[in-house]
Amino acid sequence: MLGSLLSGPGFLGTSPEMLALFAGFGLVVGVLFGFFGMGGSFLVTPALLMLDYPAPVAVGSGMAFVFGTAVIATLKHHDLGQVDYKLGVIMITGTTIGIEAGRASVYYLESLGLAGGVISVAYVVLLGGVGAMVTRDALNGGGGGVDHETADKDLDEYEIPEIAKKIQQTVRIPPMVTLRGDVRVSAWVITAVAFATGVLSGFLGVGGGFIRMPAMIYAIGVPVPVAVGTDLFEIVFSGGLGSYLYGQGGGVNLGIVVPLLFGSALGARVGSAATAVVDADEIKVYFGGMLLVGSVAVGIGEVGSYLGNATLELLGLVLVIGAAVVVAFAVLYTTVTSLRVTRQQQTSTAD
Amino acid sequence: MAGLEIPTWDPETALLIGAILFEAFVLYVGYGGLERLVGPHLMRLVVGGDASAR
Repeated sequence: MLGSLLSGPGFLGTSPEMLALFAGFGLVVGVLFGFFGMGGSFLVTPALLMLDYPAPVAVGSGMAFVFGTAVIATLKHHDLGQVDYKLGVIMITGTTIGIEAGRASVYYLESLGLAGGVISVAYVVLLGGVGAMVTRDALNGGGGGVDHETADKDLDEYEIPEIAKKIQQTVRIPPMVTLRGDVRVSAWVITAVAFATGVLSGFLGVGGGFIRMPAMIYAIGVPVPVAVGTDLFEIVFSGGLGSYLYGQGGGVNLGIVVPLLFGSALGARVGSAATAVVDADEIKVYFGGMLLVGSVAVGIGEVGSYLGNATLELLGLVLVIGAAVVVAFAVLYTTVTSLRVTRQQQTSTAD
Repeated sequence: MAGLEIPTWDPETALLIGAILFEAFVLYVGYGGLERLVGPHLMRLVVGGDASAR
């Protein structure tokens, strides 16, 4: 049933209704990415799978969307001086090989007729796991995602986590490289981190920042803002190559990617500006809740697909998109409310 | 398509990825200009004054 919506006489073979849906969904995803600093692609591939796109198209288009988003975000982080190009270049090789391994797995599973199911189950586990982690951290008053306040600190002020120090002292296989923030680490540690997260990216069509950023911080010892900027920089190359490989197999649909990017680039600007007004920790619990709902929704959609029940498939899709819309709306509402309160205070002080 | 692959030159796919790259640049510049142009007006409309959003 959902499949009948996909094709039509619109732009790039996509019907006007679907173009509007993708642009709107992109806007929502962009607000979340700009505000929380992660989660840009968590929901795109599952939503495409639930819309009955073949797994290689869902993953390939998701990856191409991540590539476009990373280009835009890297331009911004480059302006802020938050990209370690040496670390990025070393990571590109490992990530690219990892992405190719993940991509080959998708096509292998597709040839067995299992790709959609296995990827959906992986998303249920991933969204559920990350959602539970973010919710727990938010309830404990902790972080998760990018801490925008600490991201403004000087690089010299960052303390290397104990676990990163231990890895740096234990794994001393040459060649050793010195990174920004005076971090000295084996190139093999960097390559291993890059490969593992690359496999995840290639298999699920996500940027992998939610895994790679903590890995760069805790396994390599990179300061938070440099981890964010460098992660995006290397996604430009590895994601670009991954998209190219998926594109060769017909896995990249411009009718999906163009409207998604159109919406998300605007949403990311709004979300990023909102971080200057609202503390992300205040509403991070909603973000965690959204991921948990997303996990349940993908599960419902998959059960619906297995049983051939279109109603369950539609319910899963509505839940995925609805959860993202609710959290994006919460971000915008809190921001506007905070701005109005600040404005009223300024006015009464001036009086 | 299963199995690890070495990328081969494919002009059609390169054009596809180039189109996404081009769109990303256009959106970065376009939305940046739009933000400077209509941002303050939009802020006044939403907040009721030129609040410091950044």
